Amino acid sequence: MTQSFDMPLPSESAPAEAIGGEASVTTGAEAVHTARTLAESKPPTDEEVLRVENLSVDFPTDDGVVKAVRDVSYSLREREVLSIVGESGSGKSVSSMAVMGLLPRSARISGRVLYRGQDLLTMREKDRRSLRGRKISMVFQDPMTALNPVHTIGDQLTEAVLAHSLVPPRQARERAREMLDLVGIPQAAQRLRNYPHEFSGGMRQRVMIAMAIINNPDVIIADEPTTALDVTVQAQILEKLLEVKDAVNAAILLITHDLGVVAGLAHRVLVMYAGTPVEVGETDDVFYRTRMPYTAGLLGSIPSMTASHGERLRPIQGTPPSLINLPSGCPFAPRCPLADATCRSSEPPLVPTDGSGEGGPGGGSQDTGRYTEHLAACHHWERLASVEDPTTFFRNGGQNP
Amino acid sequence: MTTTRHESEERHESAPALLEVDDLEVRFPVYGSGLLRRVVGHVHAVSGVSLRLSERETLGVVGESGCGKSTTGRAILQLVKPTAGSVRYRGEELTSMSSAGLQRVRREAGIVFQDPYASLNPKLPVNDIIAEPLKVHRRWRDGGPERVAELLRLVGLSPEHGNRYPHEFSGGQRQRVGIARALALEPRLLVLDEPVSALDVSVQAGVVNLLEDLQERLGLSYVFIAHDLSVVRHISDRVAVMYLGRVVETGAREDVYENPAHPYTQALLSAAPWPDPRQERVRERIVLTGDVPSPVNPPSGCRFRTRCWKAREVCAERTPELTDRGTGHPVACHFPG
Repeated sequence: MTQSFDMPLPSESAPAEAIGGEASVTTGAEAVHTARTLAESKPPTDEEVLRVENLSVDFPTDDGVVKAVRDVSYSLREREVLSIVGESGSGKSVSSMAVMGLLPRSARISGRVLYRGQDLLTMREKDRRSLRGRKISMVFQDPMTALNPVHTIGDQLTEAVLAHSLVPPRQARERAREMLDLVGIPQAAQRLRNYPHEFSGGMRQRVMIAMAIINNPDVIIADEPTTALDVTVQAQILEKLLEVKDAVNAAILLITHDLGVVAGLAHRVLVMYAGTPVEVGETDDVFYRTRMPYTAGLLGSIPSMTASHGERLRPIQGTPPSLINLPSGCPFAPRCPLADATCRSSEPPLVPTDGSGEGGPGGGSQDTGRYTEHLAACHHWERLASVEDPTTFFRNGGQNP
Repeated sequence: MTTTRHESEERHESAPALLEVDDLEVRFPVYGSGLLRRVVGHVHAVSGVSLRLSERETLGVVGESGCGKSTTGRAILQLVKPTAGSVRYRGEELTSMSSAGLQRVRREAGIVFQDPYASLNPKLPVNDIIAEPLKVHRRWRDGGPERVAELLRLVGLSPEHGNRYPHEFSGGQRQRVGIARALALEPRLLVLDEPVSALDVSVQAGVVNLLEDLQERLGLSYVFIAHDLSVVRHISDRVAVMYLGRVVETGAREDVYENPAHPYTQALLSAAPWPDPRQERVRERIVLTGDVPSPVNPPSGCRFRTRCWKAREVCAERTPELTDRGTGHPVACHFPG
């Protein structure tokens, strides 16, 4: 073993020519650093930028009406990260597409989506278009299909600026270069001339983020922004998201299925099941004081990085219900170890649980308490409160304990 | 069903190797765009991988996309022809074996693919999908239909649903069909290529539990290929971490996860998010910059050096061998720890 005299390579000179691939050259950056965490980023302010009230989305189909989203309400403050968590078909993406106004005409949308008090659902399309991509922007899951393959990155970024403001093209291009720089793409000026296929997956997702923030938005909707990426690249992108949040003071609506990503990135969490929110609260409340069996089931399904060998996972039995034929009562009841006759006959409303805002449920402190409230849609949330670890309900295949 | 994993752990301490892979290499030619389509280079998908698997053991092979883990799995079963190296199954060399010999071996060694949507024939009912290996290997005559029903029950599906087509099943159920098909010929070894990656987390947990039960009941050995670190940690006895076609670190599950010695393993483990907000808020995370280099023209010496914070000149000059450097398990790094 030779641990001897070799001089450490200055990291700047990390030999780019040896990296081989044309696309994946990264130089000029240090090889490694310690990530910034949510705790180090700026806290949310009290200013509400987005409020969604009783949003519902139906899709009429030949087989019946698909109730994709039912009665979703939440609000988002400046610099806040709110995560919407759910599995496939839970309505998390459809609800965010409704906020962006990107659903097909066949969708029947009801409720209110208020951006700084203006209702996006009733406003004229022209006004809405001026907000979309400027004040509310989006980062999609798959950067390969979200970017246009026949235009250069520079043209696409510049177009995003010119679509919303009357600036000289040269100035827009300069703005595009700045943004690429901000999201950590080396040699930004040259990379503007490249096409999407010349970038790697992680680099493309950075371009998407650059495009999302280029007009200084108030709200960034990130729909599974790292699902298509490898874990080391995911870490880079998540950190970048936190960084741009502080750089432009935007709120982030993070749509994901990955509870690990939520834990590190979100101030608050909204858990969706069968199109409707089943638990809402501050991240710690939802993870450590779980009050909805579905959330507990999700947490119990994840293999722990610390548990000892031989410990069984505690999956949720069965499959989510069809959104055309929702069961009566609680939609989770057919899979729930706590379900009883009440659960099967009446759907539980989303109500405050223990430890919600000081004013208590229904108190006058509606506004101040709203962001600390811990809500759950379960007839038996008190039973979850009475045990140390609610995931144990899902032991033995989820039979009633 | 309770696991008796500790017993099985003791057992494979002394068990003989079921599978031995040495210096496995797989290269794919890259063709030019000209008229002659000449070979202009090679993708070095797997470059000198050695693995050992004992009876009733699970070896987790973990790494990011493009690291060669899937190609390794396929090359083990000779579904991709290795360009060099040896694969021995119970002492028999597979790389030079005749196709008749391979057909015999494939009764004992099966594979489950990642995508349960693409790996099942959409035009066949599930009964026929599971029956296919029995027919190919001439086992259908003695009690084929009963065997199919038994297999469906074994993976937690109802035999009455055997007439249905794949599209009538959910993702998790389809993956169970894929597992039933792989079990049809009573194999001893299964290569599981990202078997749960396409599934939702609650469904994934059910399939992981099923795989553990089956291993216990049928005495199976698994090569479990995945990119999800927590699933690999959960199911594996031993782990091999791959990067750009090479194994960079291998050892018992605890050794690799508790004391990662290769910088890449350290970065990988530190990048994986945990569903624990308090931990996540204070956790020091190593963030690697850049992307994995192209396997067409991999870096000289240590392939990780272009992203490594410990890299020195020697890393570009000499390839670090995979040996124990005082860390208790083999590591391919000049400066481990």
